[in-house]
Amino acid sequence: MLRISCPWCGTRDELEFSFGGEAHVTRPGLDASDARWSDYLFNRENPKGVHYEQWIHRYGCGRWFNVARDTVTHEIHAVYKMGEPKSDLAETDRD
Amino acid sequence: MAHPQTNRLTSGGRIERSKPLSFKFNGKKLQGYQGDTIASALLANNIRTVNRSFKYHRPRGIMSAGVEETNALLTASDGNGDLPVVRTTVRALIDGHQLKSPGGFPSVNFDLGRVLDFTHGLWTAGFYNKIFKWPSWHWYEGVVRRMAGLGKLPGGEDGNKYFHHNLHCDVLIVGAGPTGLAAALSSANSGARVLLVEQDHELGGSLLTNSGPINAVDSDLWISQTRSALEDAVNVTVMTSSTVSGYYDHNVLTVTDRSTAGVKRFWKVRAKEVLLATGAIEQPLVFENNDRPGIMLANAAMEYVNRYAVKPAGVMVVATNNDSAYQVAFSLHDSGVRVPAIVDARKNLAAEIAAEAKQRGIPIMSGSVVLDTVGTKVLTGVSVATLSDEGQSTVNPSGVVACQGLAMSGGFNPSSDLYSQAGGKLRYDAELACFVPKKCRQRVTVAGAAHGRFSLADALTDGACAGAEAASKAGFSCTPTDVATSAISSYNLKAIRITPAGDTSRQWVDFMYDVTVADIELAVRENFVSVEHLKRYTNTGMAVDQGKTSNLNALTLLAGLTKRSIEEVGTTTFRPQFMPVPMGAIAGQRHGDFYAPARLLPAHDWHVGHGAVFEDYGAWKRPEYYATDGRDRETAIQEEVLALRRDAGLLDGSTLGKIELTGPDAGEFLNRIYVNNVLTLKPGRIRYGLMLSENGIVIDDGVFARLADCHYLVGTTSANADHITDWLEQWHQCEWPDLDVIISPVTSQWAVATIAGPYSRILLQGIESDIDFSAEAFPHMSLATGTILGVPARVQRVSFTGEMSFEISVPAIHGQSVMEALMNAGGNRIAPLGIEALIILRTEKGYLEVGADTDGTTNALDVGFAGIVAKKQADFVGKRSLLRAEDQRKDRRQFVGVEPLNENENLEPGAHFVTPQNEGRRSQGMVTSACFSPTLKRAIGLGLLERGFERKGETVTVFDDGRTFDVRITDPGFYDPTGEKMHA
Repeated sequence: MLRISCPWCGTRDELEFSFGGEAHVTRPGLDASDARWSDYLFNRENPKGVHYEQWIHRYGCGRWFNVARDTVTHEIHAVYKMGEPKSDLAETDRD
Repeated sequence: MAHPQTNRLTSGGRIERSKPLSFKFNGKKLQGYQGDTIASALLANNIRTVNRSFKYHRPRGIMSAGVEETNALLTASDGNGDLPVVRTTVRALIDGHQLKSPGGFPSVNFDLGRVLDFTHGLWTAGFYNKIFKWPSWHWYEGVVRRMAGLGKLPGGEDGNKYFHHNLHCDVLIVGAGPTGLAAALSSANSGARVLLVEQDHELGGSLLTNSGPINAVDSDLWISQTRSALEDAVNVTVMTSSTVSGYYDHNVLTVTDRSTAGVKRFWKVRAKEVLLATGAIEQPLVFENNDRPGIMLANAAMEYVNRYAVKPAGVMVVATNNDSAYQVAFSLHDSGVRVPAIVDARKNLAAEIAAEAKQRGIPIMSGSVVLDTVGTKVLTGVSVATLSDEGQSTVNPSGVVACQGLAMSGGFNPSSDLYSQAGGKLRYDAELACFVPKKCRQRVTVAGAAHGRFSLADALTDGACAGAEAASKAGFSCTPTDVATSAISSYNLKAIRITPAGDTSRQWVDFMYDVTVADIELAVRENFVSVEHLKRYTNTGMAVDQGKTSNLNALTLLAGLTKRSIEEVGTTTFRPQFMPVPMGAIAGQRHGDFYAPARLLPAHDWHVGHGAVFEDYGAWKRPEYYATDGRDRETAIQEEVLALRRDAGLLDGSTLGKIELTGPDAGEFLNRIYVNNVLTLKPGRIRYGLMLSENGIVIDDGVFARLADCHYLVGTTSANADHITDWLEQWHQCEWPDLDVIISPVTSQWAVATIAGPYSRILLQGIESDIDFSAEAFPHMSLATGTILGVPARVQRVSFTGEMSFEISVPAIHGQSVMEALMNAGGNRIAPLGIEALIILRTEKGYLEVGADTDGTTNALDVGFAGIVAKKQADFVGKRSLLRAEDQRKDRRQFVGVEPLNENENLEPGAHFVTPQNEGRRSQGMVTSACFSPTLKRAIGLGLLERGFERKGETVTVFDDGRTFDVRITDPGFYDPTGEKMHA
């Protein structure tokens, strides 16, 4: 079980949170091409390694925020508020 | 008269001879003592064969004295029901215990299933994939399933109580052997919150078996001093009879706590630092017939003698590849067990050890291994052979050395299950011939025997240092406690565990799943050379013991057969649970009414009083219909529909989702959410709208009202209330944080009484209220606020039935009294309305039910919103998707009404619209809602049909469960299509 540090409430169990998919996905306007729009709708990074994603503290403050989580090790490298720029992570030490 | 404990020593051990316990084994009455495990009590009574093996039905005896037991897994009844697969080697004996061997028919001592052993050549690895193919596996399945299994699940109520608990600590120490105790002493001094968990009921671990002076006092005394010191420290919690069974991400661990009789506690522990002092497990030797009852791990034999004062057998041979078993031989000898030989795979031995053996008169057969064993059911002797110089074969087989027991030691392998669960990687240590921890991403340290430091002196020092280090890493300043022993122990292992001679189909590697060396050879011949393939093909290590005594030997064999190093072969990953955890412990109190707590309507009791029959709608209990005056279901539903169409009905609509939006940008925000234009809605007015996913798919519908300039009320379907709230928050917080709006879910704050039907206005005009219900003042799709019966109310004139309809929202606490008052005011011209009747009413009216009439492919255009979409210039969620060519295709499945040509046709949802027979009966969509309309006296339905919009009036064939019939396609609204009644 993950222990997630909500930027407003502090560290809590994963059970209090809900996952909301990849973060920093830019929503195109109505003038976007079909290809651009379908890329926005359907294509996600799905990296092996650090994944930037959105979580909501569902059973806490109710705020959405960003998490940089390693999809292999589940390590959480950074937690930052919505609207803040993508966390710049130094190369992390892993196998 | 109980059977005498023939193998019990008259003195010594940690059992209480003054507290005899009686128990039964396969119906036979026996006696043990307080302090016994079930296994030690069985051995004390000279019970040799305790079970039958899984596949070959071979007789098996107690093999270990710990969690690694592969044979003595019995069905135990302790008064709280039968529990299968009880590891008798670690389960304390209690008075009245009833034990049964799950294997053996008709009995464990005479098993007809043994025929499988005599024909063992047929049942090699993967046999079921090879033999049982013709004519079909199902021919054999019944017999195989009856013969397989490790016991029977208990029936009836579980008498145990289960609880969940949570705990946070700075340092969690797993295991209270010498390492864990030294670590706990160290870290306790730092002030850190320390949790020490031990699976045994006593602290001490290996010290309980093999004592040595610690800090110049006897180890028993040191354990009790340590225990007192730890118990006195306010920052230390000691849990015994508790097993850490799972190690999850972020240092969350689960503990099964059996310390209270009849109660199992399941702890979730969050630890800053974890210290694993889980010890090591002795590995068996592999030789022909190495599974006979009487053959056990050497350390286990010593534990039975020293801790439980039980002789495992009268005469025991000791076989080893390292020094540790000499201590075992000496303990056995000193307790009166005759040791006719120590068979040592090594040629050389330290002089002082040899001298000690000589002093006791124990002959040493050096450079030798056990070749085979003899015995009909239980062991009666072993044959020994000398290893050739290069160790690849044996020479000079000896005669049979008569004995009743064999204590074998293949050296130790650290207990790495939890470390592996934590994501830790292991490294093969060639000198110790075992796997030791290498690296782990989690905050975990491994110390003592679990790290390959097998001597007591090393374990104590390592534990003390690791304990201090863990506390320091958790943020507490800490120095290691001084713990030392004068006991000297040597190891000097030679990595020979497998006798290089004999019939490999009779050499067991995995005792629990009956995997032999021959099975591993076969797997390699068939190219299952990856460790993961080998494991699954042969089942080695896949039994409930997770290969605690078989993995290392299997990997060694695989490496040898494939000419690779053990490091190269690698290991499989351990998964939770380390030890089986009762399902009840995982469920805790979440069963019965607490499994999925029901949400009750504010006026629940009122519904009960009116004969409501409840049904689950999501978490809600809602009246399906009212069994007034004993009406049956069908009659009740029809009468409710007709009563509403005639006069009025009262529906509890409290479950409808209600979300308030306030703030200057509330309108703009909703305009980006709804398909509809929100900005033109005036205060006091209501609009029906759709919400789409970004892919253009209809996800919810409902009405939204503007209460005031900057105040909106959004209605969602009952099932979606929570989801839509989250979803709106996500759009606001993540996409448009600049919009000044506050989203408040208020669903359960309000009770909603919906009065619908031609009589509803007259009814409402007769009750105490400051709201003007006249047609002029209160038109359809408008909203009024005021008081009703003295309580604040919001009344929305919206309709889901096609009749004039008022949704009256009052604070939830007044829900029941308002419902009652409305019913009383209506007298015999109002009837309560259940959900089933409501579904018929809305089907008659042709109103969409999202999720029933739409699916994951239905977009806004498919349900007739093309005009509204085209008129709205601004972007909204899903709009861009509706512009795709695919979304605008004319042959999409579109929302239509359906009338069977035969008015009494049994039309059912799920029936397919099909192309004519001569075009090959292709599905063109399906009926999504259907009922017999009590109002129109005919069958009607709704559906999604290809090109549906342009096929109104057409006759289409419907296929339903093998039957076909014709229907006419119509507009969805069957009842009052012009809406006169609704707008009245």
